Amino acid sequence: MQAVAFYMFSIVAVIAGTLVVFARNPVHSVLWLILAFFSTAGLFVMMGAEFLAMLLMIIYVGAVAVLFLFVVMMLDIDFAELRGRVAQYLPLGLAIGVILVIQLSVGFAAWTGMEQENIEPGAVYGMTNAHALGSVVYTRYVYAFQAAGLILLVAMVGAIVLTLRHREGVKKQNVLEQMYRDPQTAVELKDVRPGQSL
Amino acid sequence: MLTTSPTPVLNLAAAAPELLLAIGALALLMVGVFRQNQAGALLVHWLTVGLLTLAGIAAFLGGGDTQYAFGGVFVSDGVSRFAKVFIFFGTAIILILSRQYMQRAKLLIFEFPVLVALAALGMAMMVSSADLIALYMGLELQSLSLYVLASFRRDSVRSTEAGLKYFVLGALSSGLLLFGASFVYGATVSTEFVVIAERIAEGEPNVGLVIGLAFVLAGLAFKISAAPFHMWTPDVYEGAPTPITAFMATAPKMAAAVLMVRVLYDGFGPTMVPEWQQIVSFLAAASMLVGSIAAIGQTDIKRLMAYSSIGHMGFALVGMAAGTEAGATSVLVYLAIYMTMNLGVFAYILTMRRNDVAMTKISDLSGLWQRDGFSALCLTVLMFSLAGIPPLAGFWAKWYTFGAAVEAGLIWLLVIATVAAVISAFYYLRLVKIMVFDEAAEGFDGPMGGEFRAVLGLSAAVMILFVIGGLGVTEMAADAATIYAR
Repeated sequence: MQAVAFYMFSIVAVIAGTLVVFARNPVHSVLWLILAFFSTAGLFVMMGAEFLAMLLMIIYVGAVAVLFLFVVMMLDIDFAELRGRVAQYLPLGLAIGVILVIQLSVGFAAWTGMEQENIEPGAVYGMTNAHALGSVVYTRYVYAFQAAGLILLVAMVGAIVLTLRHREGVKKQNVLEQMYRDPQTAVELKDVRPGQSL
Repeated sequence: MLTTSPTPVLNLAAAAPELLLAIGALALLMVGVFRQNQAGALLVHWLTVGLLTLAGIAAFLGGGDTQYAFGGVFVSDGVSRFAKVFIFFGTAIILILSRQYMQRAKLLIFEFPVLVALAALGMAMMVSSADLIALYMGLELQSLSLYVLASFRRDSVRSTEAGLKYFVLGALSSGLLLFGASFVYGATVSTEFVVIAERIAEGEPNVGLVIGLAFVLAGLAFKISAAPFHMWTPDVYEGAPTPITAFMATAPKMAAAVLMVRVLYDGFGPTMVPEWQQIVSFLAAASMLVGSIAAIGQTDIKRLMAYSSIGHMGFALVGMAAGTEAGATSVLVYLAIYMTMNLGVFAYILTMRRNDVAMTKISDLSGLWQRDGFSALCLTVLMFSLAGIPPLAGFWAKWYTFGAAVEAGLIWLLVIATVAAVISAFYYLRLVKIMVFDEAAEGFDGPMGGEFRAVLGLSAAVMILFVIGGLGVTEMAADAATIYAR
């Protein structure tokens, strides 16, 4: 049963990944990407890394893929033309892919040479991944966690500094102003006589 | 590593300057948000200067021996305190110098000093890191703040381009660093420098570890702009607003170089010196040659200073390549002197305005001797010092790094360093010739502000007076580096 599920998830992931690259319509590409994320999340669950699967769903499907969709729809890029140049970039892409595979295999070889502590994910401490993470994130890794918070703050401040513009004449909603309006100032009664305009 | 980890000891006192800076920066951000006007921005600006000074004093006074905080990922020792004192005070001086420029360019908004303070915090975290994760967090905090600062003048195409280039290449270098770090973790099953050094000492260095080391070094070389990873430097230096360029040329260099010392000396400890010595020597040789040869054709003084920084990082790397206590001392002394020289030079560059437009051409300096004798004299001293002419401080900086390299037997590197120093002397001296002997160009706007005069004069005075016992800096650095004694 596990083998069936594994092959199903991996085949779907590989096919979806290929279609991300080769789909004609960029919106379809993003949809295939979402399918690839889902299948990978399934693989993570099978490995006992349910927290990673959850993150993949929330962050990649929920935020990143939707962001991609927005970008694809908002940018005025002639994708057909870009696609025409695939052949031009293919050799370089293949070369980089081959180098990556070599590097990964060398790294894997070096890694298997070391003596390994076999850690069964999730099972060792008798708690789930999320539970295990929760028990260290504010204790052992509090420094890194808080630093990550500061980095995100800088990202937010930076995004505001670089994009916020105060323009004149923009119609903004001011809730307080709306609430403090009363009939005396907002409504003006006019006595319109029959047969006459204002 | 839940079971093997030591009980996390917070020991917050060891990280007092960082905590002060972090909490202060957040508070100042609030002050700025609730007072959205020019006066508020100026208030935040001066408060940030005060905050950085306080953090610098805290770092200076936080004596004692090596202390670990946050369960061993953060270390406060002589080296980190030495670097922090220079980083905090250097950043405070940069803020003081940038006020006028930023106000004239209508860029003085309250986010500017806050981002600078957060960048300084990132640098302090870098020099105090005792763990690969802590290292990356500090590096990213510093880099991200600098990316934003580089493109701070968002209406200018050049500034935006500088920010984007810096961001893309910086992200690439972070990727390399993380890739290498994952290999190191794979080979040693730890991210803590102490444990990594222990594991390396236990067995033969394997392939994975060497690959990891090479990638981590490549990532760090990007950050200190060492050739062949220097391509971004001239464009970013030229495009960014001048105060930001001045900032990037001073404190971050100190932080990145000390971080490199930490990784190489703490993490890849004594047993792996031969492995990384060749990589660092190559980086040093390439940077010195690129920095000295490529600078010859420059006409823009900011680009010139960019190439000059590449070359100077090369000289600092010569000392680092030694891998000894003397090597660490020489890197600290070199960076301290380099920061001081750059503060002086940029203090003058910041005042180069004509008809309220910032000038950056070298030819704008011609005949400065006749217009402004004091500045010309100070700049001449600084240029001689940058070129490394005795008895100025720049000479002693090179003296210590070369001495460390001789001890380690890196004679070939020394030959290249000497050749590069001679070539680089050409363009520093050409600048002096333009200032002193060329026909006077049109003068710059108005009288120079007092703060610029003070920084320029002080930095030139330090260059001359350094010969008197190194003004205590050499001793401080030697004390700090005793942790690498063996």
